[in-house]
Amino acid sequence: MDFGQLATNVLTEMLGPTAIAYALAAIGLNIHFGLTGLINMGQAGFMLLGAYGFAISTIQGAPVWLAFLVAVAAAVVFALLLGLPTLKLRGDYLAIVTIAAAEIVRMIGRSTALTEVTGGAEGLTGNSFKATFQDASPFPDDRWTLGPITLATNASNSWWLRIVGWGLVLLACLFVWRLVRSPWGRVLKGIREDEDAVRALGKNVYGYKLQALVLGGIFGALGGVVFVLASSVQADSLGRPVTFNTWTILLLGGAATVLGPVLGSLLFWAALVFVRGFLRGVIPPDTLSVQQIEQIGWVLVGLTLMALIVFRPQGILGDKKELAINAR
Amino acid sequence: MRAVACRDRSVALRRGAGGLLLTLLTALSTLGVVGPAHAATAPCSPDDATACLNVTVTVPGTGPAAGVGLTVAGQGAAPVQVTTDDAGKASVALTAAGDYTVTVDEATLPAGTTLKDPAANPATVTVALGRAAGRIVQVLPPGADGAVEASPTDDTGATATPDDADAAGGEAEAGAEAESSAEASAAPGTNRYAQLLLAGTVFGLLLALASLGANLIYGTTGLSNFAHGELVTLGGMVAFLAVQRAHLPLWLAIILATAAGALLGWFLNRFLFRPLRRRGVGITQQMIVTIGLSLALVSAYLFFFSAQPRPVVSGISQRMQLGPVQISAQSLVSVSIAVAVLALVAFVLARTRTGRATRAVSDNPALAAATGIKVESVISQVWVVSAALASLGGVLLSLYLNTTRFNFGSTLLLLMFAAITLGGLGSPLGAVIGALVIGLVVELSTLVLPNDMRYASALVILILVLLVRPQGILGRAERIG
Repeated sequence: MDFGQLATNVLTEMLGPTAIAYALAAIGLNIHFGLTGLINMGQAGFMLLGAYGFAISTIQGAPVWLAFLVAVAAAVVFALLLGLPTLKLRGDYLAIVTIAAAEIVRMIGRSTALTEVTGGAEGLTGNSFKATFQDASPFPDDRWTLGPITLATNASNSWWLRIVGWGLVLLACLFVWRLVRSPWGRVLKGIREDEDAVRALGKNVYGYKLQALVLGGIFGALGGVVFVLASSVQADSLGRPVTFNTWTILLLGGAATVLGPVLGSLLFWAALVFVRGFLRGVIPPDTLSVQQIEQIGWVLVGLTLMALIVFRPQGILGDKKELAINAR
Repeated sequence: MRAVACRDRSVALRRGAGGLLLTLLTALSTLGVVGPAHAATAPCSPDDATACLNVTVTVPGTGPAAGVGLTVAGQGAAPVQVTTDDAGKASVALTAAGDYTVTVDEATLPAGTTLKDPAANPATVTVALGRAAGRIVQVLPPGADGAVEASPTDDTGATATPDDADAAGGEAEAGAEAESSAEASAAPGTNRYAQLLLAGTVFGLLLALASLGANLIYGTTGLSNFAHGELVTLGGMVAFLAVQRAHLPLWLAIILATAAGALLGWFLNRFLFRPLRRRGVGITQQMIVTIGLSLALVSAYLFFFSAQPRPVVSGISQRMQLGPVQISAQSLVSVSIAVAVLALVAFVLARTRTGRATRAVSDNPALAAATGIKVESVISQVWVVSAALASLGGVLLSLYLNTTRFNFGSTLLLLMFAAITLGGLGSPLGAVIGALVIGLVVELSTLVLPNDMRYASALVILILVLLVRPQGILGRAERIG
């Protein structure tokens, strides 16, 4: 088997838009879970809404900055709708409500009744909404090579998307880094550790939780936009498994850390592509089909999630003393 | 899958960008030849005055389809006819931006295949100058379902995931709807409302059977089991193997499936959740463990059974007329089994020592332990019974929906959660009432909502319940935080 090609594939996927999108979503989830202790099982719903917000507003003729704003606004509204009724309830209620709400978004998105707006189950093709983003690129239309990776500068899965994406990730990390050290961030951590104690100090716990939910949702929406800018908007591609993967990424890298989600996303995709590529090279294709090998990868993801939460809930970068996972 | 497609397309692009000469040639050919027939399989390269329309025809899982005729028309230009090359690709250079229609000549498809989505032929593709637009046409061998390469994961975006019992138009889906909407409205001599009420009741009772276990586990251990849907799928799959592969009679398959569920339940508790409880792993962490378990199991099902529908029995059983409604004998038997088992569970919980012990543990484990009840053995029994009920429910539901699939249980998971939350977390009778309400809502919502949103309506109910009465119909207020 060709290890050079495998290494190139791993590197491409590790630095690619999917990894960026998951890193952003995991950063958002880190604000929910790592900092505030909220169990959001519907991060894919935020991503999907961001994607729809961006794509539909672009198709309606909005410029690229407005489309980004619409994506963010969609996430804010969704977070408020979810948070207002449920943040007063115990943690597993929020989990069930968020997962249900994300599924509702997906089912409505793929419903035939809205085919004219959302494209139904077929979704919105990338070409219908990518143009404004690609035109915003300062680069000429070309193909550039950096090391083993050759990509178009602007089209679809491009250098331009990667630069913008990693820029967003960097900004998000800086933001979280400042946030953790701010008085506001300390209150969030206080809520995570002991909600009643914070309430006794006279803080509006409900309000803080709501703000955290909105903020994390915004990063989820941005992740969704990056996700679909590389491909197309399709409701089923942002379903429940995406949320579960994001959780795995967060717990792998380390919740409640600044760089954990990014490291988690890099490792997650590198490992997944490596395992698949390696098995594909080792196992003859008539023994196991390509699809079956892919499934082995996902079985491993599930087992990793189980093992992580039991044996190393703090992940790679985390501090076990800081992260005691309690039901809330 | 999509990544592969993208890579293919970019390869085509690179080949196209190869030489100025080629570009000129392509431009010339589009400018010069104003007539229908020219097989422009020459690569096309977008520039300021040219747009490329690349069409790829593939048979998922097999490979590209060569020699398929395509017609591209629009923007006042004469229609261009092309055929796909050995890589299943055809590319057309266009000089005006706008919408073009791509029509696949179905007579030229490889022998024995049909378009995956005949409704999308002709398809409209928007083309912009200086860019390449692409369209992937999937064709399927006859009898294949719409979702050949679906996986429960995100990176197969280009294909339809059969995540719901109402996925895009496969024939299996028509079957899945048979009892509920399609049959209900189509059958002559039935009252639509009465038929939907009946369908909702049947669905609700079966759902109650499947979700009761999740509620028992929640009651005794406080765990929301996200892998409960996979226990339901297990029942359907074991029954499928027993009937279709081992050719056993259906009643034996039902018993086998229930036993398999019980075994898995015992196994999960003994080797996964009991050690976790011993280690003092928090309930939230255990919940995330069940999520990982669900992801691993659903992928494993997909590994072994692929994404094809796996009907337990082939053929639809005969319907009987009962007053204003029709019901199949199979559904009647399913419902009888469900009612009998539910009654049995209720009796055991209410009247026997084991049942009383279970309720005591549900109430207060510490106090129960203090009175001499072996809490661990009660929990073990609850896991066995719960998983067995889920599996039995899975078989009956798969008979009712006429099919199973690798993700059939996880599709129902949220409905089951909705049922037990609605009825009251930890209250077994509540789960039954909640499931009946959810079943009726799901079926009756088709009166006002599009069919593919009927599961969404149940989830809306779930959220509304949490808003108004978070403890559910029969739950106690102190259970919420």
